[in-house]
Amino acid sequence: MADERRAPGWAQSGHDGAAGVATLGGRWTLAFVPDLEAALAKIDVKGARNVRVDIASIEALDSGGAWLIYRQFRRWREAGIDIELAGASDAQAALLERMEAAEEERKPLARPFEGAFRALAERAGANTIALLREAYALLAFLGAVVSTWGLSWYRPQRVRLTSIVHHIERIGIDALPILGLLSFLIGIVLAFQGADQLRAYGAEVFTVNLLGVSILREIGVLITSILVAGRTGSAFTAEIGTMKVNQEIDAMRTIGLDPMETLVLPRLIALAIALPLLVFYANTMALIGGVTLSLLSLGLSLEQFLEQLSTAVSLSTYVIGLIKAPVFAVLIGLVACYEGLKVSGSAESVGIHTTRSVVKSIFLVILADAAFSVIFSYLGI
Amino acid sequence: MSGDPVIRVRGLVTRFGSSPPIHDGLDLDVKRGEILAIVGGSGTGKSVLLRTILGLKHPDGGTVEVLGEQLDKLDSMARAPVLKRMGVLFQDGALFSALTVAQNIRLPFNEHMKLDPKLVGQLIRVKLSMVGLPQDAGAKFPSELSGGMRKRAGLARAIALDPDVLFLDEPTAGLDPIGAAKFDSLIRDLQRSLALSVVMITHDVDTLGAIADRVAVLIDKKIVVGTLDEIRAHPHPWIQEYFSGPRGRAALDSRRLDGRGT
Repeated sequence: MADERRAPGWAQSGHDGAAGVATLGGRWTLAFVPDLEAALAKIDVKGARNVRVDIASIEALDSGGAWLIYRQFRRWREAGIDIELAGASDAQAALLERMEAAEEERKPLARPFEGAFRALAERAGANTIALLREAYALLAFLGAVVSTWGLSWYRPQRVRLTSIVHHIERIGIDALPILGLLSFLIGIVLAFQGADQLRAYGAEVFTVNLLGVSILREIGVLITSILVAGRTGSAFTAEIGTMKVNQEIDAMRTIGLDPMETLVLPRLIALAIALPLLVFYANTMALIGGVTLSLLSLGLSLEQFLEQLSTAVSLSTYVIGLIKAPVFAVLIGLVACYEGLKVSGSAESVGIHTTRSVVKSIFLVILADAAFSVIFSYLGI
Repeated sequence: MSGDPVIRVRGLVTRFGSSPPIHDGLDLDVKRGEILAIVGGSGTGKSVLLRTILGLKHPDGGTVEVLGEQLDKLDSMARAPVLKRMGVLFQDGALFSALTVAQNIRLPFNEHMKLDPKLVGQLIRVKLSMVGLPQDAGAKFPSELSGGMRKRAGLARAIALDPDVLFLDEPTAGLDPIGAAKFDSLIRDLQRSLALSVVMITHDVDTLGAIADRVAVLIDKKIVVGTLDEIRAHPHPWIQEYFSGPRGRAALDSRRLDGRGT
């Protein structure tokens, strides 16, 4: 029934005494809606108190055509005109009756639109409350993790050593190539920019100070944490989230496994071990990048570089950089596992929470770094 | 039930990689205005057959005609008018999750027709009522609906443009027996009032007994078609086991009691 190639339905009208008569025929299908609307508009039953509608000549009727006919009936009824339907097959009559059922209940198909300002205020309020709730829930999650961790000291046999080692490999060893290259390049960029600026004062040699302090104290640990949040945090959330969607987490609980103990704790411990090691590696690679550039374009020898570095950087600078690493690791792991466990039902939700996990953990890492700076400056370190 | 078949499959071959084919020289006709149910064991290629008929997969051999056209041979422009006359209900509805139910049903209208938006809104109400959904479901997102309601919403989208052929992939899977029976009679009602031809994949023996005009069984890489009683008399061991197992027999007995048997 390639309707496009056929003639549309038609309608004729007239009077039979006091009554109006409308005869419909042809193809009353969705493809001809504009023609059918025009045909219905032309029906003239002026003055009649009742209309006899004969649809015996209709060859094809689908819900589109039936709706138009029903809509016409409704208009007539509203104008106080009685309708007598004739010539309808059982199926056609049933279809027209269905239209009536659709009319009985008229609820909006879209949500009502509120004023723009009100919507803005409402969203701001709702988001603020959601944010506070989230912070509270994350804190509660931290508490649950710490208590699980505390219990594990009494039951060391329940610590999943294999799982921890596996995750250390994934977080640490697998990240070495990309992290190494990244840090090396950042070392080069910093040395290059520093040397360029300091040359104006004839103080190129202080490039080494700049490099040493900024990398060991701030940049090494930040770059590593951000990379790990993007690489490992997202993977944690997606893994745990997928398990949640597959009801694996529920299955674990029914078997008597605690997801905190089997999924969250090993990941957190592995992160807390691997991240400081990665920071050490990133620092080294960044310094090698700095050395490389210094040798090539500053004309410093390796001995001079190392000598300058040892005067510029005290052990405490290095320790300050490293001490942040486990804290950042816990933040990243905490957010990643929390978001993973919050996944609900659909695959779509996994995507949403993975994105959220990365954004939130990078935000928290930088926030914590700022807090460390304030504390250290207060302590005068 | 006259005229050309709405679907004509001839000598279909389907294979994945170099492994032996899962369909080899398969022939199938679907007549206008009938409900054809496709059954078969796991891995016999029911879903692949459906995907091939829908033009989502190229046949590896043979031809597939839907409404007189070979979909895989048409370019996208020539394909649109054929697609417009086909409606598909995927297993879990496959509703677009970013759109509300009403927007999901509106989509085919926007894509294939130029109609007054107000009229489309009215038609959406009609479709919702036809599939037995309350109208406030229109403003909801698929994630806010139960599985049964998602199926109904998917069905509403499938019949949006009053198609000639309706394809259903396991329409009653995941529904409780009462919901499944209701869905069966819904399909039967719609098929009658819209004069649809229906092709469905099903595992549900109740559905076979209740609404299928003919049954197609995928066995030995080919297909055996007949009325339910003809198929039940077929000597193939898989068919015998399928229908005379405890589940099959119970479903068919209840059909007798309903007086719907032939």
